[in-house]
Amino acid sequence: MGVEGIGASVVRKEDKRFITGKGRYVDDIKLQGMTHAHFIRSPHAHAKVKGIDSAEALKMPGVVAVLTGQQIVDDKVGNLICGWAITSKDGSPMKMGAWPAMAPETVRFVGQAVAVVIAETKNLARDAAEAVVVDYEELPAVADVHAAIKAGAPQLHPEAPGNQVYDWVIGDEGATDAAFSKAANVVKLDVTNNRLAPNAMEPRAAIADYDSAEEHFTLYTTSQNPHVARLVLSAFYNIAPEHKLRVIAPDVGGGFGSKIFIYPEEMVALWASKKVGRPVKWTGDRTEAFLTDAHGRDHVTHAEMAFDANNNITGLKVKTYANFGAYMSLFSSSVPTYLYATLLSGQYNIPAIHAEVIGVYTNTTPVDAYRGAGRPEASYLIERLMETAARQLKVDPAALRRQNFITQFPHQTPVIMAYDTGDFNASLDAAMKAIDYAGFAARKAKAKADGMLRGIGVSCYIEACGIAPSKAVGSLGAGVGLWESAEVRVNPVGTIEILTGSHSHGQGHETTFCQLVAERLGIPISQVSIVHGDTDKVQFGMGTYGSRSAAVGLTAILKAMEKMEAKAKKIAAHALEASEADIVIENGEFKVTGTDKAIALPMVALAAYTAHNLPDGMEPGLKESAFYDPTNFTFPAGAYICEVEVDPGTGKTSFVNFVAADDFGRLINPMIVEGQVHGGLAQGIGQALLEHAIYDANGQPVTASFMDYSMPRADDLPSFKLSHTTTLCPGNPLGIKGCGEAGAIGASAAVINAITDAIGKNNLEMPATPDRVWRTIHAA
Amino acid sequence: MYQTTYHRASSVDEAAALFAKGSEAKFLAGGQTLLPVMKQRLASPSDVIDLGKIKELIGIEVSGDTLTVKAATPHYDVATSDAVKKAIPALAYLASLIGDPAVRYRGTIGGSIANNDPAADYPAALLALGATVKTNKRSIAAEDFFKGLFTTALEDGEIITSVSFPVPQKAGYAKMPHPASRFALTAVFVAQTKSGEIRVAATGASQSGVMRVPAIEAALKTSWSPSAIDGVTISASNLLSDIHGTSEYRANLIKVMAQRAVAAAG
Amino acid sequence: MSTVKLTVNGKAVAVDVEDRTLLVQLLRDHLNLTGTHVGCDTSQCGACVVHMDGKAVKSCTMLAGQADGANVTTIEGIARGDELHPMQAAFRDNHGLQCGYCTPGMIMSAIDIVHRHGGELDEATVRQELEGNICRCTGYHNIVKAVLDAAGRMKVSQAAE
Repeated sequence: MGVEGIGASVVRKEDKRFITGKGRYVDDIKLQGMTHAHFIRSPHAHAKVKGIDSAEALKMPGVVAVLTGQQIVDDKVGNLICGWAITSKDGSPMKMGAWPAMAPETVRFVGQAVAVVIAETKNLARDAAEAVVVDYEELPAVADVHAAIKAGAPQLHPEAPGNQVYDWVIGDEGATDAAFSKAANVVKLDVTNNRLAPNAMEPRAAIADYDSAEEHFTLYTTSQNPHVARLVLSAFYNIAPEHKLRVIAPDVGGGFGSKIFIYPEEMVALWASKKVGRPVKWTGDRTEAFLTDAHGRDHVTHAEMAFDANNNITGLKVKTYANFGAYMSLFSSSVPTYLYATLLSGQYNIPAIHAEVIGVYTNTTPVDAYRGAGRPEASYLIERLMETAARQLKVDPAALRRQNFITQFPHQTPVIMAYDTGDFNASLDAAMKAIDYAGFAARKAKAKADGMLRGIGVSCYIEACGIAPSKAVGSLGAGVGLWESAEVRVNPVGTIEILTGSHSHGQGHETTFCQLVAERLGIPISQVSIVHGDTDKVQFGMGTYGSRSAAVGLTAILKAMEKMEAKAKKIAAHALEASEADIVIENGEFKVTGTDKAIALPMVALAAYTAHNLPDGMEPGLKESAFYDPTNFTFPAGAYICEVEVDPGTGKTSFVNFVAADDFGRLINPMIVEGQVHGGLAQGIGQALLEHAIYDANGQPVTASFMDYSMPRADDLPSFKLSHTTTLCPGNPLGIKGCGEAGAIGASAAVINAITDAIGKNNLEMPATPDRVWRTIHAA
Repeated sequence: MYQTTYHRASSVDEAAALFAKGSEAKFLAGGQTLLPVMKQRLASPSDVIDLGKIKELIGIEVSGDTLTVKAATPHYDVATSDAVKKAIPALAYLASLIGDPAVRYRGTIGGSIANNDPAADYPAALLALGATVKTNKRSIAAEDFFKGLFTTALEDGEIITSVSFPVPQKAGYAKMPHPASRFALTAVFVAQTKSGEIRVAATGASQSGVMRVPAIEAALKTSWSPSAIDGVTISASNLLSDIHGTSEYRANLIKVMAQRAVAAAG
Repeated sequence: MSTVKLTVNGKAVAVDVEDRTLLVQLLRDHLNLTGTHVGCDTSQCGACVVHMDGKAVKSCTMLAGQADGANVTTIEGIARGDELHPMQAAFRDNHGLQCGYCTPGMIMSAIDIVHRHGGELDEATVRQELEGNICRCTGYHNIVKAVLDAAGRMKVSQAAE
């Protein structure tokens, strides 16, 4: 590896603008003549909109317009879509209610927009919004999945009787039942996977600018995938054809999944900018983020695991109720099905699995993919089950895992996934060594003498990333292909621009993607720029989510690089009067192997563009593009172990140690990879100890600000001890697996396993708040 | 935030006069509570009268057995004051736990007690130490000052000028912070006055705001030690119950925090 | 409307604003200093932290009028020309940022922490003192590392002056 090549912990190129306050986020942008939008949102979880009176508001100074849900429907702006069709076990398609961008008739969650005020300033828009009178007729609401499926429950959508979106199954029920009938031991567990609010630190924002002369829209938006946004806005929402719509996602302040989706506010801003003939800006505040950013998780699950007399797992049965909130968000349907149930085999040999997932509407904010998306729920369930099993079977939890690990690859699980490679023993060994697992009993005894309850918890996770082989996901109902595109432009002076459909909102693409170029060409990363986030610059792309940017996006760049290099070698060979096969690239030069003959990259580039002396028949220029469609998912895996101390007086948990041993395949920039893991671990710990988006029985949110929703802070978390074991991913040429979500997927179970070990009681729901832990300790 | 008119007062008298002129005026000290409330449009004062730059309202003095903290003194100053650390270290410690560092630079003792949030830190210290609240009109004993949730004895337009704390024999504070807001989920201030009186106050726990805890006071009278509280039972009735802490949990915290406060007091 | 006069990053400015204008709005909307961010409505996230008269304050929780006559420094004002402030450099060198949104507030708070504690900083203190700054990306691990690193650098650079 070179100093800036693959494997080097290069400091990030993008950092300078962020540390000097020069980042450019959507809210930092001002356009000439820009107006400001303020949405009027329902205070009710379920209500009929009987009327909207905006007469007084329209008289107020600075008010440009008040636009309503009925108007957006009348203008034939399309309803929001869900892009992954799921089929119920009875063969029927999933049942979806309509979701207009602003509600013309019925609101179904607190915060759903019914109208928007456009005014000269943000304050004036908000002032006027209070003068708009909305006449609601309240309807009974339901927030909890179990309550929602009961007979007589308030009904959200006529299309979905019983509030049921789908009842989906996977696996072999007969084989699973047979395994249970022969089981020596059955372990049962009920778990709730608590609802999370994403809370990217930058609230969502949009600026729409309609050019009436060109009939062209420009949208600046906080998006993880501007091309997908443009596609959906064009093809489904009737905003404008794609060539008349430019979507720009500039610096984006975190996404974690929540900025994948196309939200009503962006649609309304675009539509309104044409209506008022001026640019329209909307910047959400934190309260709006809590109310309208798609939430994550929210599963209620019963699971049973069968073991034979030798403690080998023989079967797994899972029944999960997934709360979708009031509407089906863009990718929501796939999260508790193909992103969840397909990972239920965990790291283990499980001969038979059967899972049933019931998707349920409730009067709450829509739920969709968030930081792990289905995989944290699967991993949490399996790893809580393994821990529970070890306690019930009275064996060491690490040993029980080890005994059941998959060790032969490739491995076909009973739930679709074919694991390509891995070494689960290696990561567990590394984690156990790092935390001194063997010495735990002595530490626990010492803590006990000090009046503290100490526990240790293991979690061995596996996830499916590198999303995704288009043909495979297409056969499972996905509405899009999940490849990635890239373009390599070598400029006439030899500098390089890489255009990518991936989007960086913290992941460091502007550095890691350059490292690949540095590795291959031997040039400094300062000579390479990454261009992303603008549909006018980059032809197409699927964006960044599901830990896919390196495994899929970077591989697309590699493919384009290979094409570019092949052409450049031809030019170099021609110039050096050598055979193309003898040309090697080193330190920015094209050399004739075994000689001192060489031509530098800038000269090759210049030759390509001057075209004075190119090989016969060669087109001028040096620019290549590629689309890369992965052949399989990738399977990052690892072992997390944490050691905690619980204060029996307060129930408060503190960390003694947290170790992570991950296998991400090849690392491009270990420093950045570790940063990704740290963030994920904080999310996993946050879910385990602190975070919970709560609604009361009537669908009123109880945690809609940082005063009530516990965000992990620096003093809630430990420093982490990270290590890596490596099996290269055979599915892509770089051997990359992906690292963005691992921490969030694996950490929660380790924490709860440790706390339940400490307090000696197995049943403890997340978040394990001090109150909840204290009550569990003292429960009869 | 709604429209408002901002005034910066240079003296207490000027502030009082400005208040009298406003139709629905409010005093602004550090603004760390009032401004968030105004931002959310939950308050709409016609006039905001800034007390933060009034020199006579800032400072810390010790005179004999009395520590006086003037009303617009920020928490940071109290937390780091050598005089406070020497006279009532528990009070400096309490101030160091309020909000976060940026809030402590701006937030003031007068603003905190005038708001009387049921989970604020200062009210516990005032009540346990038997402090006196001085205003531009009168002196009010802490007992008489706090009147329940967000309610005090202050009359319309009355301005707190200082809080005087009798220096105790010993005192301690222990806080279980609310995991989100970092107010007190429950916190307890214990004090033994120079005359030997034992006073214990809890904040964050009761449905009616800061309160004395007679059962713990009685236990500590028999022996000033954490273990003296072991046998005390705190009733959960009338305690707050919410997603972060049931009333039973808060009852437990009153006891546990009191024990830790006693241990800290020495 | 009132005219607020203050010094921002060493430059005297006078700005006509509505009285309800927050300091952060004055900085972002009127002075185009968009490095200072807004991440919440309840004064908790710390994305808006600036220095006022040398102290870290939340500019979303101050009226612009309260800053009249004050000396305000924002993230745009801490580097000396091309030379980064040691805290900025430490954040970059330790990968103490990802999406960058909380970063300006983190850096401004962190400088204040080092000023208050000088060489006495340890990990636990840094974590406690970052209580008023929320980051969703980094898990704080590298932020804490950066602050501790910068504390050393700032001691050295002070000693050199």
